[in-house]
Parts: sequence; structure tokens; C-alpha cells
Amino acid sequence: MDLSYTPEEEEFRVRLREWLAKVLPTLPAGPSPDDWPGRRAYDLGWQRMLYDAGYADVHWDASPTTRLIFLEETEKAGAPYVGANFVGLLHAGPTLAAEGTPEQRARWLPPILRGDEVWCQGFSEPDAGSDLAALRTRARRDGDDYVVSGSKIWTSHAEVADWCELLVRTDPQAPRHRGITWLAMPMDADGITVRPLRTLAGSAEFAEVFLDEVRVPVAHRVGAENDGWRVTMVTLSFERGTAFVGEVVACRRVLGELARTARENGRWDDPVLRRRLGRLSAEFRALWRLTQWNVSEAEAGGGVPGVGGSVFKLSYSHARQELYDTAAEVLGPDCLDLDRPWVLDRLSSLSYTIAAGTSQIQRNIVAERILGLPKGR
Amino acid sequence: MTVRFRLTEEQRALRAGVRQLLERRFGADALRAAVARPGHLDRELWRELGAAGLFALRLPEAEGGVGLGLPETVLVFEETGRALLPGPVLASHLAAGTVPGAATGECVVARADGSLVEWLDAADTVCGDASGALPLRSVDPLTPLHRVLGAGADAPDPVAVLLTAAEQLGTATRACELAVQHARAREQFGQPIGAFQAVKHLCADLLVRAETARAAVYAAAVTADPADIAAARLLADEAAVRGARDCLQVHGGMGFTWEAEVHLHLKRAWVRAQRGGGSTQSEEALAADLVA
Repeated sequence: MDLSYTPEEEEFRVRLREWLAKVLPTLPAGPSPDDWPGRRAYDLGWQRMLYDAGYADVHWDASPTTRLIFLEETEKAGAPYVGANFVGLLHAGPTLAAEGTPEQRARWLPPILRGDEVWCQGFSEPDAGSDLAALRTRARRDGDDYVVSGSKIWTSHAEVADWCELLVRTDPQAPRHRGITWLAMPMDADGITVRPLRTLAGSAEFAEVFLDEVRVPVAHRVGAENDGWRVTMVTLSFERGTAFVGEVVACRRVLGELARTARENGRWDDPVLRRRLGRLSAEFRALWRLTQWNVSEAEAGGGVPGVGGSVFKLSYSHARQELYDTAAEVLGPDCLDLDRPWVLDRLSSLSYTIAAGTSQIQRNIVAERILGLPKGR
Repeated sequence: MTVRFRLTEEQRALRAGVRQLLERRFGADALRAAVARPGHLDRELWRELGAAGLFALRLPEAEGGVGLGLPETVLVFEETGRALLPGPVLASHLAAGTVPGAATGECVVARADGSLVEWLDAADTVCGDASGALPLRSVDPLTPLHRVLGAGADAPDPVAVLLTAAEQLGTATRACELAVQHARAREQFGQPIGAFQAVKHLCADLLVRAETARAAVYAAAVTADPADIAAARLLADEAAVRGARDCLQVHGGMGFTWEAEVHLHLKRAWVRAQRGGGSTQSEEALAADLVA
């Protein structure tokens, strides 16, 4: 067991820190939450800076430990998030890299790395959430095109995306997992309607996407027809334990801010609150160690990345909700004021036990795939 | 090539070796026998454990010890915790090198921890102030206890807190294994109860708490940082106590019996959770660290 880094990794960290200290003060102010074109321009601009400095592909080609260092240092320095580049860099891109033809990789990968194009994800549907394989958006062949009709939901950045990684049903007769195909759909095609969805936090973070006879060239299919489920699953294990590195670093910073605020407003004198903050500190320390553990396992080629991720996500999503509930206790009546820090974060945190697989689904995964309990109801 | 934050081959081998030793020398029959004779310490077993190096793990080889570090010691204590090994293992380990005979198991050492002393009557000597200690009727049949009234709350020894966390981790892991075994074997309504999500989710949470605690305990063994140790103990206490309770729940009526092993894990976890000033001490230490 070793928690030290190699000299090369330490050097990478130092160089990155120096670069961040140099470029972050030159960044323009971030856009307002509802300014989608502004968001797109800002996030792509940041990706372009990473590209020019040689950090663009850290999510793809770097070792898990290097990626861990990158995410830790960028978060600590207050660098922009991956934002609108999320699907391109962390989902569609890796899928294309693993399953695309040389032509497809040459067409789509460089613009993602250079910060030229934004991708969104068309997986979930109103009737296919946790049960993704129940998706019904239909694609039928017509010459060199697929003609796609249906609807997708929870699609982040749909308003400003250039491309959508889309799962469609190409064989309604086949067993559910065997009739699905992965397509790259241009978002400027005719027949696409994007309707923003307002979350309980008040902002339009994602959208519904309605597809009415949208034509997608067959050349935009990645993998074989009806092999889309496998193509998708290849990428779900891609994150390999580093998915929440930045968030854990951020939570530990928030915890320190909460403690200092409590000291200033007098709530620190309450031993119950103090102990709650102390326990949260223990949990986030443990989550940081669990991240390092998962990254080491991934690097050694052991473990089952997606499954180890379920253990982490269950712990983490609970702890993060607890963090913002504790923030409300620190704030007292101010926790009802949307202009106070952490109040919007508290609302956003309600999604953590739902998004990317509900905690209930994650427990099924842990119980069935790690503990070997029988499938059932 | 760095090994990184995972077990080395040697560490895996050490863990497997200790598990084998304990299964051979303190298996199910020995456990039952120990429960039937509360307060009795098997001196022969104690000397064997001493000969195997259990108490002298961190003692330098030049002083007749095994010369291992905290990470290896944590792995060994995880196994003794998992096996419910009775006796003042922690006190004897901490006394090795200072109390003659402790390392070999010839001398059994007890230790005052706050206001509690485990195994006082069976011990040849006691570390710390146990004057005026009064026996209490211990909730755990495998841990005789004395209470020292008016004992001051000394700052806890971080190594003692860490090794206790390692024992708790062993309990948490064992509780998860037992719950899963039972959930797979026990059938109701025509299927294993582990096929029901209500039971499945209890088991999943057992594993999640144990594995999160494991990362914290192993990391604290590497850094030996007091805040890391405080975090490890909080996570490990919870994983052990709640784990044993959930394990009991999965066992249904059988879990409530004296015969089933489950209650022994819960009771031992309760005893260990009182060591080192309890969770309050660790929570306050971590809170103070946040504003330091």
C-alpha cells in the first residue's frame, strides 16, 4: 500500500499548477446560468486552452493517476468544469475512439479535443430511465439513411450541441438488448425539437428532445446495426474511478467554508453541529481514499471498474446530500434565501441519488454483481 | 513501478496466513467453547499467537520482533477482529517491547483505556491506571470488563485507535459475508430471501460501508496522520456496528438467538466503539481540524 506519486507524476502536477496559475487570471467571467450560447462559448474556449497547452486528451490517453492529478489540481485552482464538453470528452468521444471506424474517429475526435464541437446524449426516454433497454425511439432504414422518430429526455446541453450520441431501436422484434443501435445525429437536422426542462432548482439544465422523421446517414452509425447496447457498455466503464474526483475535492473545500462560517455566526458553539461537521469530514476523507483505491485498482487492471464505481457513488451521493443539509443548519433561516451560498447547491444535490443510476439501482448492481445475490424483485 | 494504494503480494500472503492460523486455532468449535467459559483466556493459544509473532509485529527484528509496519499490522488486526479472537490482543501488542514477555505471549497484558479495562482478571499486568477498577457484567460474553470510576479522559493513543478501527473493519467484512451467505441460503416465498430487493439493499449497504471504511483505515495506516486515524475510526465503527445490526436483521429470528454467531459480532463492535474516547472524541478532533 503506497500513497506516493512517481517523480514524473509530481512533475506533471507542478507543471500543471504553474500553468493554471498563469492562465486562470486571464479567463473571462463565466456566463450566467441561463445563457446557453455563452456557456457553450466559455466551455469550448476553456477546452481550446487545454488543447493548446497539451492537456486536451488527459481524459483519454493519460494513466488514471495522471487523470486524478489533473482533476484534483484543476478543481483546487478553481478552473472551469468540463461543462458542455462532458459528453464529448467523457462519453461519446471514448465510445468513438473504441468503436468508431478510422474515418469516424478522424471526423469526430479532433473537434472534441480542440473545443470546436459540443455533444449531447440521447439515451434516456420518458419510459426508459433506469430501465434503459426499454427505449422505444424507432429508426428504420431508408436508402442510405436511418429515419428516426421518438423522444429523449434529460439531455444536457441539447440547445447548443452539434451532435447527439443517440440510442435507437432498429429491431423491435429482437430481444430488448439486441435491437438497439448507436448513431451520431447532427443536431441541426430537420425534425428535431428541443424543449428545455426546468429543474426544481429553477434553471434549465437539460431538455427534452423530440425527433420527428429525422434523417441520420447510415455512415453515422457506430458499431454494427443492433449492436448499440454493447457499444454503449464499452464506454460506461471508461471513467474508471475518476468520475467524481473534482466533486470530492470541492466538497472538502465546502466543508472547510462551512466550518469557518459556523465559527463566524456562532453556530460552532453547538456541539451537535460540530460533531456533524466532523463526521462529514471523516466521510469525505474516506471518499478521497476510496477514489485513490479505485484508481490504483484500475491502473493495475484489476477490479471491475463500473462496479467499484457503484460502491463509491452510493457513499458519495449520500454524503454530498448530507453536506448541504448540514450547510442549511449552519445557515439557519438564511437557508431559505436563494441568494445565499449553498442554497442552490442544496437543491441541486437532490439529484445525486437519482442521476446516472438511482441509489436503488446501484444497490441492485452491488448486490447482484459484487455480492452474487440472485436476480429478482 | 509503484505498487500504489492496493495490497502487495506480501501483504495478501500475510493476510491469508493469519486467516489460516486463526481458522485452525480458533475455529467455530473454539469460538463456542470460549462463549461457554466467559473470562477464561486460553494461555496455550496465547503463547502460540506470540510464537507466530502476533504481538511482536512492529517490534524491530533486532529485538526479536517481526519488523513490520502499521499497514501490515492493520491487516493482521482486521483478521483477529474478523475471527472474534478473544483476549487483550491490542494491549499485548502495544506492550510488546516494553513489558517483558508480552511479545512472546508469556505475559498477558491488560490496558486501561479511558474508564474501561478489558481482560483485567486474566492479565498478569496492566498498563495505565486501573486502580479501584470494579468488574461489571459485560454485555459481550467474549470480553470481560472492569470500570475505573473517576478515570481522566487521556488523549487516546492514535495507534490504539487505528488498530481498533482495523478490528472493526474485520467485523464489518465478516458481517457482510454472513449476511450474504444467509440471504443466499435461506428460502421464503419459494426463493432465496436475497432475491428480494429489501434484503438485497441491506446487504449492498453493508458492503458499501465496509469498503468505504477499508479505504479510510488502510490510508490511515499508510499516513499515520491523526486526522486520518480519527476518520478511519468513525467510518470503521459505523461499518461494524451498523453492519452487525443489519446482518442480524437479515438473519431474522435466528439472528436474535444466542446460538447464531451474529450477536457476538455486534457486542464486540459495541465494546470496541467505546475505546479511545468514543466517537465524540474523533468527531470533535476532525471538526477542530477543519478550522485549524
